[in-house]
Amino acid sequence: MQQTAKSQPGAAVGFLRRYSLWIAAAVVVLVLPYIFTSGSSISMMSQMGVMVVFALSYNMLLGQGGMLSFGHAVYFGLGGFFTLHAINGVNNGAWSFPLELMPLVGGLGGLAFGIIFGWISTKRAGVTFALISLGIGELVAASAQMFTDFFGGEGGISTNRVTAANEASIFGFNYGPQIDIYYLVVVWAFLATILIYLLTKTPLGRMANAVRDNPERAQFVGYNPRMVRFAQFSLSGFFAGLAGGLFAIMFEILTAENLGAIQSGSVLLMTYIGGIGIFFGPIIGAILITWLQTSLSAFSEAWVLYFGLMFVFMVMYAPFGISGIIMQHYLPYKTGLLKRLLPAYGIAVIPTLILLVGAVSIVEMGYHISTSYLPSRPMDLFWVSVVATNAWSWIIAGAIFVAGVFACRWSYRKVGRAWDDVNETLVERGLA
Amino acid sequence: MLESLIFTIFNGVLYGMLLFMLASGLTLIFGMMGVLNFAHASFYMLGAYFAYQVSVFAGFWAALFLAPLGVALIGALTERYGLRQVHQHGHVAELLFTFGLVYVIEEVVHLVWGRTPVNYQVPEALDFTLFTLFTTDFPAYRAFMLGVAIFMFVGIFLLLTKTRIGQVVQASLSHPDMVGALGHNVPRVFTLVFAFGCALAGLAGVIAGNYFITEPGMAWNMGPIVFVVVVFGGLGSLGGALVGSLIIGLAQTFAVQMTFSIASVLADMGLAISEDAFLSGFWFLELSRIGPMLPYLLLVLMLIFRPRGLMGTRAD
Amino acid sequence: MSHDALTLTNVHKRFGPAHIIRGVDLNIPEGERHAIIGPNGAGKSTLFNLISGRFDISDGEIRLHGEAINGLPPHLINRKKLSRSFQITNLFQRMTVFENLRCALLWAHGYGYSFWKMVESQKALNEEAEQLLEKIHLQDKRNTMASLLSYADQRALEIGTTIAGGANVILLDEPTAGMSHTETDYAVQLIREVTEDKTLIMVEHDMGVVFDIADRISVLVYGEIIATDVPEKIRGNARVQEAYLGTGEDAA
Repeated sequence: MQQTAKSQPGAAVGFLRRYSLWIAAAVVVLVLPYIFTSGSSISMMSQMGVMVVFALSYNMLLGQGGMLSFGHAVYFGLGGFFTLHAINGVNNGAWSFPLELMPLVGGLGGLAFGIIFGWISTKRAGVTFALISLGIGELVAASAQMFTDFFGGEGGISTNRVTAANEASIFGFNYGPQIDIYYLVVVWAFLATILIYLLTKTPLGRMANAVRDNPERAQFVGYNPRMVRFAQFSLSGFFAGLAGGLFAIMFEILTAENLGAIQSGSVLLMTYIGGIGIFFGPIIGAILITWLQTSLSAFSEAWVLYFGLMFVFMVMYAPFGISGIIMQHYLPYKTGLLKRLLPAYGIAVIPTLILLVGAVSIVEMGYHISTSYLPSRPMDLFWVSVVATNAWSWIIAGAIFVAGVFACRWSYRKVGRAWDDVNETLVERGLA
Repeated sequence: MLESLIFTIFNGVLYGMLLFMLASGLTLIFGMMGVLNFAHASFYMLGAYFAYQVSVFAGFWAALFLAPLGVALIGALTERYGLRQVHQHGHVAELLFTFGLVYVIEEVVHLVWGRTPVNYQVPEALDFTLFTLFTTDFPAYRAFMLGVAIFMFVGIFLLLTKTRIGQVVQASLSHPDMVGALGHNVPRVFTLVFAFGCALAGLAGVIAGNYFITEPGMAWNMGPIVFVVVVFGGLGSLGGALVGSLIIGLAQTFAVQMTFSIASVLADMGLAISEDAFLSGFWFLELSRIGPMLPYLLLVLMLIFRPRGLMGTRAD
Repeated sequence: MSHDALTLTNVHKRFGPAHIIRGVDLNIPEGERHAIIGPNGAGKSTLFNLISGRFDISDGEIRLHGEAINGLPPHLINRKKLSRSFQITNLFQRMTVFENLRCALLWAHGYGYSFWKMVESQKALNEEAEQLLEKIHLQDKRNTMASLLSYADQRALEIGTTIAGGANVILLDEPTAGMSHTETDYAVQLIREVTEDKTLIMVEHDMGVVFDIADRISVLVYGEIIATDVPEKIRGNARVQEAYLGTGEDAA
């Protein structure tokens, strides 16, 4: 909520202030390709945009509606396949439709299947809902192997966006260069983000929160929780399909994997790590995880393990994700109490790094031995050449790890005490 | 025809009992703790890998006992130092925790045993043909698997009906508030139940790992089907888990045998469908290829017509 | 033809072998404030759950303004202007006080499942939510998360949520349970204010509150109503005294 006691600024200033975050975000995404000019970074940033929409659509279920889905990639993937067929349709001369609007085809496909499967799965909530979503996900993934006309079997379905864009395009681009795709993605992602945000402010969006918190009470204020979940689910399917459409345009090929369990799991992880409690959480998660996926996977075979461990620790100690941690610091920051936390944080940094170095060394050496053709060949670990088959390497790494564990326990207690102090002060001041 | 029928039934029951070894543990854990252990099949995989590792040093028979114990230990640690911490955030958080565990366990398996299958073999003592019916050989190991599954089934049955703790566990399945009747030992009972459920999954892994293949993907292959079984049978119902396991086991085994398609049946009836008809992929699809899809199809149909599952009592 | 606000005819409820409600007949005329009392385990909350559609009845009939409502799901009963509160506070925990009230108003204002209107810009809706906030005296807690409210404030919000949709038949389940004397007095005052011109049915243990508010009282013992009358007569009723003394409950 904004403070009530503030001077009356002019209308233009008011507009700028109110939408400052949105405007800043728009400027940043427009300028980014001029900073990171390489083809791979532009392609990665486009992928981030797609994943932002996908993660936001996922959070319409998990964060806003309390529905844990293990099969959200179904709508993403189906949206993508519909888009591919629509583009191929243009290339075959079956119809004409501007490439810029193709993601809408994906969205409508996602919506249609969101309505069909949503009708079945929103009958139930909680854990049963989660299992149904898993079952439907597997069902669709299995059908994708069978219906090769639509899904293309092993090789998938591919297309050529440039031919389609030459056929029909609103702005006259041919979308050959990656940068064209980047701007196409950005515009759609921005639009989708605004729409999903506005949805949270509608009666349906408010009731989705209400049903998440207490479906029974929602019933006793006149709402059928199932209908609320159903409507929310269908709309979420639309945005997932839209993201899938963008994905399809970007990569020009889709296989059954894109609607399978791995993709579904990955959107769950990125949304949760970003934080499901705050609107912008999934955006952080999508950007961070896409970045990790592309950059970390080049460095380390173990990145899925790090990814999984990060997720498990988040569930245990930071259930509201990265955005939750950020928001936790908002009040101390506003009240000037943040400086009481910083010394403890400063002390905790070094033990955390020691712990990580120890853990990463153990994991990397393990992978080296189990996957390398020549395990005794030296490997690079933190700029040091290490022989993984030498027992001393393990003893040293183990010692660093154990030392890290103890140092962390000691320093995290300090962080805990600093927080207790801050919280006490906040309570004293009547702010918490 | 009769020959293949008998063997299909036999294999279907065997597969169903294997599913039940997983589904029963999952049901016990869910019934007692309200936790749906998404990583249940990962413990099954750990069972197979542990058994492989033990059998390398000490042979299969030692593995048969040690591997489930090892899995139970991992399960107990998971409950004590992981799940209990998450418990305060509710059941969805618990489900998320075990979901994350699937990734972690799979990656740890990669880390320790590599990405390719390990050479976990049926023990020589059981690697012979038990009998030959008509023309088909029946391997002794299959009989052994069935024996273990039945032994375990009887064991669970006795444990639940003849011991005090078993009776409380059983009562808690139908009346969740009954868990309170355990008194101040609730946390420890939770740890034990979780460890026991994991041990069952581990045992299934021990006897199935060498019959199928022991590889890092085996958790993902088995997991979703087990969830289908428990939802199909009715969450929290042991009887439902048994019936669900057998139905899904038989259905999937039978479907693999079916080599006809809708088009071939219609052709037998004198209605020929042309190869380039609309949705030809569908009409000419052999039923055997629906096998992998069948459990999920059954699940969806069940949810449409009987949302609480075959023998379920709980609304949610 | 005018109907009673609520009519229960031979209502039964069985949970397996347990026969909890054993043939309840009750007529509550429009505008009455009716209290249901009885010893613990008599089935008072169950009766509320039956009326509000949370449980299905096993036998009998329940009519709201002459129209049968048994067998309907709770949200359909609620749309017929019957609303209830809960014994254990039952709010939208992660939403603010104001949001709780506004959500409770949405259906009555005809918004349904719409996703093309912004709640912030719905003037009438927000004004009524503000008025409601004032009515339950929680203006200074407007933006506090429901889960962070004090117990008494949660109870007040529970009442606010219950009356929000403009229901004319209101069921309150132990609205003053667990409150101090001051809080109880305050709650009684609040209940009086917000149920003006409405039919009120409440389950309550505090006899002071019951005799203060109720026009008529029904005594429920082991699933049966043994007496329905005005407070003075109930006080003197021999069967009622026996029922309370018999179970060792303090009827003062």
